[in-house]
Amino acid sequence: MIQRARLMFRSTAVRLSALYILLFALCAAFLVFYVTAMSERLLAQQTRQSLQEEVMDVQRAYERGGVNLLLRMMERRARQPGANLYVIAGPNGEMLAGNVASVQPGVLDEQGWTGLPFSYEPYSEVERPGRHLAVGNVLRLDNGLRVMVGRDLGDPGRFRGIVRRALMVALTIMGVGALVIWFGIGRNALKRIDRMSAASQKIMAGDLSQRLPIGKSGDEFDRLSDSLNAMLGRIEKLNEGLRQVSDNIAHDLKTPLTRLRNKAADALAENREDVRRAALEGIIGESDQLIRTFNALLMISRVEAGSIAAEMSEVDLSAISADSAELYEPVAEEAGLSLSTELEPGLIVNGNRELIGQAIFNLLDNAIKYSAGGKGEPKICVKLARRDGAFRLSVCDNGPGVPADRRDDVLKRFVRLDESRSKPGTGLGLSLVEAVMELHGGSLELSDTHAGNAEAPGLTVTMVFPAPKP
Amino acid sequence: METSVRYSAAAANSDSAKSAAGAIVPHMKILVIEDDLEAAAYMTKAFREAGIVVDHASDGESGLFMGTENAYDVMVIDRMLPRRDGLSVISELRKRGVNAPVLILSALGQVDDRVTGLRAGGDDYLPKPYAFSELLARVEVLGRRKGAPEQDMVYRVGDLELDRLSHEVRRAGKEVLLQPREFRLLEYLMKNAGQVVTRTMLLENVWDYHFDPQTNVIDVHVSRLRSKIEKDFDRPLLKTIRGAGYMIKDEG
Repeated sequence: MIQRARLMFRSTAVRLSALYILLFALCAAFLVFYVTAMSERLLAQQTRQSLQEEVMDVQRAYERGGVNLLLRMMERRARQPGANLYVIAGPNGEMLAGNVASVQPGVLDEQGWTGLPFSYEPYSEVERPGRHLAVGNVLRLDNGLRVMVGRDLGDPGRFRGIVRRALMVALTIMGVGALVIWFGIGRNALKRIDRMSAASQKIMAGDLSQRLPIGKSGDEFDRLSDSLNAMLGRIEKLNEGLRQVSDNIAHDLKTPLTRLRNKAADALAENREDVRRAALEGIIGESDQLIRTFNALLMISRVEAGSIAAEMSEVDLSAISADSAELYEPVAEEAGLSLSTELEPGLIVNGNRELIGQAIFNLLDNAIKYSAGGKGEPKICVKLARRDGAFRLSVCDNGPGVPADRRDDVLKRFVRLDESRSKPGTGLGLSLVEAVMELHGGSLELSDTHAGNAEAPGLTVTMVFPAPKP
Repeated sequence: METSVRYSAAAANSDSAKSAAGAIVPHMKILVIEDDLEAAAYMTKAFREAGIVVDHASDGESGLFMGTENAYDVMVIDRMLPRRDGLSVISELRKRGVNAPVLILSALGQVDDRVTGLRAGGDDYLPKPYAFSELLARVEVLGRRKGAPEQDMVYRVGDLELDRLSHEVRRAGKEVLLQPREFRLLEYLMKNAGQVVTRTMLLENVWDYHFDPQTNVIDVHVSRLRSKIEKDFDRPLLKTIRGAGYMIKDEG
């Protein structure tokens, strides 16, 4: 039970509610004091006003009927229930008449408001014995008599007490209510978090297919679980990809390494110098190919890591496309292909010139490799155009194309549709292009060059760059 | 296909030392700062077979000391070194007024090596893994830089002339018409006449892309250029150095 309470207090909901209650209590306390102070001030003002009026009545009575009328009036008023205090004192302060037995010395010396509350003793001790506090107004008559009209302060004090008590009770009820409600919510939240932790434990134990529970309400917890599940899905996919890549690497490196080993063994067994030399040259060739493969792999992982993004600058896509076409035009010609271009000038993106260049080179390499000696028209092309807020750079060929259901596969590392591996290459070209496009916030699209042509549909690979915001 | 790189490059080196009268020192002296002892031993041996005098330092501090105390034609510096990293060795050397050209060898998997390396005072950069022929060609070009006719307005190899101002190329007095890119290709080859330039160096210096051209793109351009400058002439000038690259040179 104590364990549970401690756990509960560790929950965010409970801690937050404790904080809210504290803040709420401070505000409420301030409110109580403010309300009582305001009402007290109002009451004091009313008191002053009525006393002032009464003093003026006293003065008028004195002027009209002298001391006799004054005494009569005061006697009448003093007898009324809940009456004010009335005092008539001689010039030396001795009490002559009124409903007060004695007042604090010195109070009657000053004409006008007494200012601070003073203490007095009521004449009749029946109701409330002991000393009382009062405020009053002193008037000095021309024959030396002093008259004071005052009011007991006991009543406002009691009023303040009532207001405060009422507010305190309301506050306590609200506080307790809030506490109960928040405890309920906190417990609920705690339970849901516990369920999430349990699921994460299973995932950490290795079961990546586990997902966090999602309720029906679509609240913050559900949204959190949803994002975490999406993240888990991505991790699972990456993990799967990683496993596949390592399988492919193992396979694709095993073949050339075996060849390398066999050639070395042949060279060792060979006596004729020229044959041995040829075998050694073959070994160097195989090794170079391996180095290329590793370089390409490293390049892709660098690009995917995104750290290369630091080298982004404004690059002229049109110029890079023209350069690449110019670089590959003789290569295409040598392979018996014609290379045509259709480039919109002046398209600038924020990017890495080296990487974009290498991506286009890879696409042109592929286009030439798979078009040469094929059944289609011996033609490849490079196109660059602005469309739908994007810059689309396409390289098209008239080769055998890629069937629609294999298009995702050819982007994967080491995947080559040509199972026999008859054409040279690492199987990494398109993977790099895709990584480069991802780095640039763009995408890669694969489509048929001639959709209707079953013999040689051709492949068009389009690098879609988001156009920079003006 | 690839030939034994060291022998052909070594031959090229001794030939060029003979032919370029006086302008070139007969033996180049270089400093290799590399902590991988096996790689360093291989490199040292290969450089020596190519006729280059090699000193080796295995950490940054001793490399800095040797680089300051002795005069080298070229320094080959690995980026990741114990006791003082490669880039800091370079900038400290430059601070001390050592102006020998530096080739940086990058560590594996580093990203913006080239840019930061060149910014720190390096002159060339080669990412690992590399082929030794590539390293040798680059070191030779860097080492000959002092004698390279940087301010010459006309490059000459045999009866071939290239005018850098008017962009005219003549062979035996007869004008050869070249595309702008072919002109730059020839210009770079002639600037480094008698030396091996690799395909990667050509892609870097003529097209300004810094990666390994994995296919035969450069070869096709070179053979086009070759057909233009050698079509009507008997004597070949532009040679293919198997397993390494190209070299322009007058055999006569």
